[in-house]
Amino acid sequence: MTLLIAILVFGLIAALFGALLGYASIRFKVDADPIVEQIDAILPQTQCGQCGYPGCKPYAQAVADGEAINKCAPGGEDTIKKIADLMGVEAEPLDESHEKDNRPKVAFIIEEDCIGCTKCIQACPVDAILGAAKQMHTIIADECTGCDLCVAPCPVDCIEMRVVPETTQNWLWDLNSIPVQQID
Amino acid sequence: MESIINRINQQKFWSFHGGVHPPEQKTLTNQKPIKPLSLPEQLIIPLQQHIGRQGDLLVQVGDHVLKGQPLTKSTNPMAVPVHAPTSGTITAIKHSVIAHPSGLSELCIFLNVDHQDTWVERTPCNDVATLTNQEIVKKIADAGISGMGGAGFPTHIKVDTKPDINFLIINAAECEPYITADDLLMCEHSESIVDGIKILNKLLNPAFILIGIEDNKPKAIEALKKATAGIEKIHVCVVPTEYPAGGEKQLIQILTGKEIKSGTLPIKEGIIMQNVATCYAISEAILHDTPLIQRVVTVTGQALEKPQNVWALLGTPVHYLLSQCGFDNQGMEKTPVIMGGPMMGFSLPTDTVPVIKTTNCILAPSYKEMPSAFEGNSAEVECIRCGQCADVCPTNLLPQELQWSAKAKDYPQLNKLNLSDCIDCGACAYVCPSHIPLVQYYRIAKAEIRQQQQQELKAEKAKARFEARKQRLEKEKRARELKHKKAAEARKAAMNKATPEATEAKSAVAAALARVKAKKAANQKSPSSSAISAPVETTENQDNKKAQVAAAIARAKAKKQAKPAPEIDAKENAKVEPSNTDSKKAKIAAAVAKAKAKKSQEKAPIQGQEQNQEQTDSLSLADKKANAIAKAKAKALAKKQASSNNDSSTASDLTIASTAESEPAIDEKDAKKAAVIAKAKAKALAKKNKESNTDNKVSEKNTVNVEPRKVQNTSETSTINDTNNISDKDAKKAAIIAKAKAKALAKKKLATQSVSEEKTMHEQEKGAK
Ligand code: SF4
Ligand code: SF4
Ligand code: SF4
Ligand code: SF4
Repeated sequence: MTLLIAILVFGLIAALFGALLGYASIRFKVDADPIVEQIDAILPQTQCGQCGYPGCKPYAQAVADGEAINKCAPGGEDTIKKIADLMGVEAEPLDESHEKDNRPKVAFIIEEDCIGCTKCIQACPVDAILGAAKQMHTIIADECTGCDLCVAPCPVDCIEMRVVPETTQNWLWDLNSIPVQQID
Repeated sequence: MESIINRINQQKFWSFHGGVHPPEQKTLTNQKPIKPLSLPEQLIIPLQQHIGRQGDLLVQVGDHVLKGQPLTKSTNPMAVPVHAPTSGTITAIKHSVIAHPSGLSELCIFLNVDHQDTWVERTPCNDVATLTNQEIVKKIADAGISGMGGAGFPTHIKVDTKPDINFLIINAAECEPYITADDLLMCEHSESIVDGIKILNKLLNPAFILIGIEDNKPKAIEALKKATAGIEKIHVCVVPTEYPAGGEKQLIQILTGKEIKSGTLPIKEGIIMQNVATCYAISEAILHDTPLIQRVVTVTGQALEKPQNVWALLGTPVHYLLSQCGFDNQGMEKTPVIMGGPMMGFSLPTDTVPVIKTTNCILAPSYKEMPSAFEGNSAEVECIRCGQCADVCPTNLLPQELQWSAKAKDYPQLNKLNLSDCIDCGACAYVCPSHIPLVQYYRIAKAEIRQQQQQELKAEKAKARFEARKQRLEKEKRARELKHKKAAEARKAAMNKATPEATEAKSAVAAALARVKAKKAANQKSPSSSAISAPVETTENQDNKKAQVAAAIARAKAKKQAKPAPEIDAKENAKVEPSNTDSKKAKIAAAVAKAKAKKSQEKAPIQGQEQNQEQTDSLSLADKKANAIAKAKAKALAKKQASSNNDSSTASDLTIASTAESEPAIDEKDAKKAAVIAKAKAKALAKKNKESNTDNKVSEKNTVNVEPRKVQNTSETSTINDTNNISDKDAKKAAIIAKAKAKALAKKKLATQSVSEEKTMHEQEKGAK
C-alpha cells in the first residue's frame, strides 16, 4: 500500500512539474533572432551591391549559407570582425578586389548638367534621389548611403561621389589635451 | 523639501563623491574691475555659437548693420540668432576657424567696425509684470541667449517648461581655476542679476530659488546677499570650494542632496539650473532690449602683463584680447593659448578665433606655469593602478577601467561603465601620477561612440528605405500585372459577348495556326527527328521573357495574316471558298482571303524573291532562334488544338500557315522590333477601331520607324504597310488571335509540355505527309 502511495505521489509530482515546465517553455519562449537577421544587423546597410549581392540582406543570407565573410567593402574590417565573432569563424582580410578607400561618401549631382533622364532614380537602392522626368535631379544627402550605384547609369556623367567633409559635428577629437600642473 | 530648506538655512550641505582642489589662481584677476575694451577693427561672428543649429542668414556682404541688429533668424527651436555686436559693414561671409578644439572652420560673418557704435532702435521695458510669459520667452529667444556657463544650450527652451519646478538653482559656483568672470559680474552687476532671477521666477514659478556660490568669492556673496535681501524665495547658499562643485549634477547634489540618475535630466526632479551670466543676459534682454552681444571674459595667465576681466564683444578675435592685456610670447615661436579653464578648456588652433557666447576664459600660461602645455603629452607612462582617479571622480566612475576600455576601443564595455556620465571634468587626469591624459581618451571614445550611434541610425534608416523601395517596386509590378490581366479579361469578355461562337472560332484558328506552323517547321528544318528535338529542348528552357517575346512575335504574325505569300496560288484560294464548316471561320477566312488576293496581285513578284532569300538565310543562327520560338508557340497551340476540332484543316489554316512561313526568316532583332510595333498597333487598332484615321496614322508612323532598319527584309515592311489597309474588323481579329496565342504561351506548363511536344511532333509528321 505504501508503495502504491509513494508511486502515486511521485507520479503526481512528476506530472505537475512536467506540466509546469511545459507551460513555462511556452509562456517564456524566447524568439531567437535568426542568424540572417543578426548578420544583417551588422552589415552597414549601404545596399551598394559591392559584395555581389543585390543588397545587404541577400548578402547576410548568403553568409549564413556559407559565403565568404570578407566581401562587404563599406563595412571594412570592423564588420568582418563582427561577423567572424558572430559566426565563430576566423576573421579574414577584406576581399582584395575592393578598393581600399572606404571613407564615407555621398553622391553629388552637378545639377546644371542633369538632363532629367531619371536613370539614377531607378538605380538608387534607398530612394535618395529626387527628381522627375526632364527635370533637374538632386541627391538627398542625408539619405544617401554612398553606394555608388547611381554613378554608372548617368548618361551625361554628372554624378560624382564626394567624401563627407569633416565638421565640428563629426570630428573625432584627435588632439593634445591640456594637462594641469601644480605650480609653486 | 522643507528639510532641505532647513538644512540650507543652517548652511549645512551635502557633498558629492570625490573632487579635487587644484590651485585656484583666481587672484590674478579677481581684484581688478571688469575693463571695457576699445572696439577692435574687425569682428568675426560665427553663425553657430551654441549647441543646436545655426540660424538662417539675414544679411549680405556689403550690408551696413547697426549694433544689436539680428544677423541670423531662427527657424528651428534649437537655433538662436546672433546679432551685430557693434555697427559696421559686413565685408565677408565665409568659412573661418572657430573656437573649437578641432580647429575646423565654420561659416562666420566678418564685420568691419565703423566706430560709431550706433544702436538699432530699442524698446526698453520698465515693468516686467506687463509682459506675458510667452512674450518673455520670445524675447529671450530673439535676444539669442544660450547658456553661458557650459555647453550653451538655448535658454528659451530651458525656461519654457511646463512641469512644476521645485528648485531654480542659479549656478554661481565658478569652480574652475583661474576663471573669475562670474565672480566679477556678481560684484559689479548683482542688481541686474537679481532682476534676471526675478524674471525667471515669473516664468517658472519655482518653490525655491537657490544661488549656489563657492566660499572663495566673499565680495560676490556679499553683493548678492545685499541684492536679494527681503526676497523670501531666494537663498544664497555658500558652498565649500571644491572642484567640480559647479558641475550641474554636482551642484544639485550639494544643495539638495538629490542624485540625478544616469541618463536623466534634472527637470525630472523638478530642478532647473541657470548660470549667473545667463541671468544677467536675460535681464538685459527683457529690461533694456539688449541682445546678447558681449560677455565678461577672464583673460588670464602668467604670460600676460595685465591679466584682467574684460567686456568682450562677441566676435572679438582672441589675439586682440591678448594684446589688450599685455601678452608676452616669452620669445617663443608658439605659445599655447587655452580657451576655457585649465581643467576643461582646449588649446586654440590659432589666435584669430573669435570670442563666442560660451567663452568665459582665455588662458595664456607661461612655461613655468604649465610646461606640459608647451610640450604635449610626452610625460604619459603606464597606469600603475593606484586607484586615485576613482577616488576623485565626481560621478563615481572608474576612470582606470574606462581608460583601458577606451584604449582597446571596447565601446560596449565603455557603455557598461557609464562613460556617458563622465562630465569631462578632468579631475582624474589631474590626480593621475602617471600623467595619463584620461579625459583625452574619453573624449575620443565618446566622439567615436556618438558617430557609431549615428551610423547605426543611418543604417537603420537606409534599411527601412531599402525595404520600402522593394515593397514599392513589388506593388507597382503587381499593379501593372493586374492592369494587364484586367484589360485582357475585358477584351475577352467583350469578344465573348459580341459573338458567342468566338471562343470556338478562336481555338479553331489557334489550332490551325499551330498545325501549320508545325508543318512549316518540319519543312524548313531537316526532316530528321533529332533536328526537331533540338529546338524543342531549347524551348523547354525558355523562360517567361522569351515566351513574351514569342507572344509579341505571334501578334506581329497575326498582322501578317493579310500578307500574301508567294506560294498562295489559285489552288489555295480555291480552297478558301468551299470551306464553310463554320460561319465564323468562314468569315475570317474570307477576310484574310480578300486581303491576300489583293496582296498577291500587288506584290507577288517581290514576295517570290523574298521567299527565296529567306530560305537561303534560314540556316543562320538567328533563324534557329526564331524557329525555336515558333516551335514554342506551336507546342502551346497544339495543346489548344487538342480541345478543339481536329478536322479543321481548312483553307484559312493553310493561309495562315503560308503567312507564317516567312516568319523564321526574320532574324531575332527584327522580330523583336516588329513585335513591339505590332503590339502597339494591335492595341491601338482594337481600342480605336472607330477612329480609323488615327489608326492609320499610328501605323504609318510605325512603318516609317521600321523601314530604315529593315533594308533587306522588305516583306516585313510591306506587311506593316499592309496593316494600314486592314479593315477594323480584321484588326480586331488579328488582335484576338495574337491574344489567344500569348495567353496560351503564358499558360504553358511543364506538365503539358511533354504532351504538347508529342502532339507537335505528330502534327509535324502529319504536315510532312
Ligand atoms: S557590400 Fe554593400 S550591399 Fe553588400 S553587404 Fe556591404 S554594404 Fe551591403
Ligand atoms: S542619371 Fe544623370 S542626367 Fe539622368 S536624371 Fe540622373 S543625374 Fe540627371
Ligand atoms: S573626467 Fe570623467 S572620469 Fe574623470 S573624474 Fe571627471 S567625470 Fe570622472
Ligand atoms: S590615477 Fe592614473 S595611474 Fe592611478 S589608477 Fe587612475 S589611471 Fe591608473
